[in-house]
Amino acid sequence: MDDFYRDEILEHYRHPHNKGRLEQPDITYEDHNPFCGDRIGIDLLIKDNRVADVRFWGQGCAISQASASMLTDEIKGMTLDEVKTLNKDDILDLLGIPIGPVRLKCALLSLKALKAGVWGMDKWPDEE
Amino acid sequence: MNETIVIPTLDVEAIKQDFPILQRKVHGRALHYLDNAATSQKPRAVLETLDTYYREYNANVHRGVHTLSEEATARYEGARAKIARFVNARSPKEIIYTRNATEAINLVAYAWGLANLRPGVRVVSTEMEHHSNIVPWQLVTQQAGAGLSYVPFDEDGRLQLDALDRALEDGRTKLVAFTAASNVLGTINPVKEIVARIHAAGALCLVDAAQAVPHLPVDVQDWDCDFCVFSGHKMMGPTGIGVLYGRRALLEEMPPFMGGGDMIREVRLTGSKWNELPWKFEAGTPAIAEAIGLGAAVDYLTALGMERLRAHEVELVTQAWERLGEIPNLKRLGPPPPERSGLVAFAVDSIHPHDLAAILDQEGIAIRAGHHCAAPIHEKLGIAASARASFYIYNTPEEIDLLVAGIYRAKDIFAI
Repeated sequence: MDDFYRDEILEHYRHPHNKGRLEQPDITYEDHNPFCGDRIGIDLLIKDNRVADVRFWGQGCAISQASASMLTDEIKGMTLDEVKTLNKDDILDLLGIPIGPVRLKCALLSLKALKAGVWGMDKWPDEE
Repeated sequence: MNETIVIPTLDVEAIKQDFPILQRKVHGRALHYLDNAATSQKPRAVLETLDTYYREYNANVHRGVHTLSEEATARYEGARAKIARFVNARSPKEIIYTRNATEAINLVAYAWGLANLRPGVRVVSTEMEHHSNIVPWQLVTQQAGAGLSYVPFDEDGRLQLDALDRALEDGRTKLVAFTAASNVLGTINPVKEIVARIHAAGALCLVDAAQAVPHLPVDVQDWDCDFCVFSGHKMMGPTGIGVLYGRRALLEEMPPFMGGGDMIREVRLTGSKWNELPWKFEAGTPAIAEAIGLGAAVDYLTALGMERLRAHEVELVTQAWERLGEIPNLKRLGPPPPERSGLVAFAVDSIHPHDLAAILDQEGIAIRAGHHCAAPIHEKLGIAASARASFYIYNTPEEIDLLVAGIYRAKDIFAI
């Protein structure tokens, strides 16, 4: 069980980083997972083509919320080009637990919203 | 030799032995399968029936004059007769094989709906339906330019029948499609009373019995319903086989749903004539093994006795309702037992149902998490999703203890 929901994930779920809204985001995008009703939106503040600040909002399971919390930490300071190259393996590395095919959509929801916002993509990151 | 009538006693441990899958382990633990409203497990009798068909008399039905085809046809039609008796249809001609309940609803929506719906009339559904009893009606009423409205449910999860009466008042309602038992709320609707109100207003009804036929004694003549649908896989049968029961006169009037082989009497390049019931609605090679397998499932359920099966589920669901009610910050959905089907959907504060289901899975306990293909119910209740434990004949009170212990463990993990 400890392997399954390791402490770091639970910690991010209980106390998510970067949760909330930005007052004047340059990019904002919200997406949801119709399978479970999870919903995640992302606000980005862009300066010199880099992520100067980021917030996420929404609701969902521990996997979707923790991955959003970790992902938003990760992208601060990244260039938009770097954000565009993020893929499902980056998220799985951040989470560090095995994710089955059904819950992969939970894990990738924040990345999907992020990339849709930055890139205008509407596919799941594992369908590229 | 004297024939002895074997009355099976309701020995759940013995019944479990009939289901090979219940012997398997999940994450090193014994499997506790509490997701029966999604699909049931299959007894050995059904598995062996499928195997025997393919090994011994695999052939197409209604086509060949050779021995295998005759045997296959006899068993395929024999299963139809068993199903007709099981729900007390007047004749096997009123039993149409479909892929599942969803396809059966689509059959009525398209074949009956497109012939009978037009601007100025409406179909009525309810707020407690599975998506399968909402979306086909949206598609067909849109196409026909007809209206679609929904009967709401009250805070106890019961249909507001006065709203149904109002929808029936102006004579524009042509059909009411409603569930006999909700797959989320567990509500068992008073089908007979609802049907009487619908008929008094001159409308027809379609009863979604996908959660009723597997768990309750069902008598379509007693209900007096016009259409009734259910799925084989939720009642111990294979996937890919379902049933539309329809009143014979209505089925006779309806145009076919799909065209192809087996559903025609006469084909000319200038036009065709339809086969008689029930084959008019069964185009192409059907799910032969699955239909015969469903017949075996009906035999198994009949031998158990639906009254006895229901009594077992009432016992389990009453215990589950009470035990879950003792857990802090847990909200149970729907009306209290005994007037509910053998399932309980619930939401635990601060634990998403997916997380709860994932943690229980680690203990070998299988429950459903999500909106259970009934998103409008969750929207109305103001929750994104719920967890659901649903029982069947092979579940035990000990499994409810394990479920409750698992929920407490999840609360510990999430420290709430």
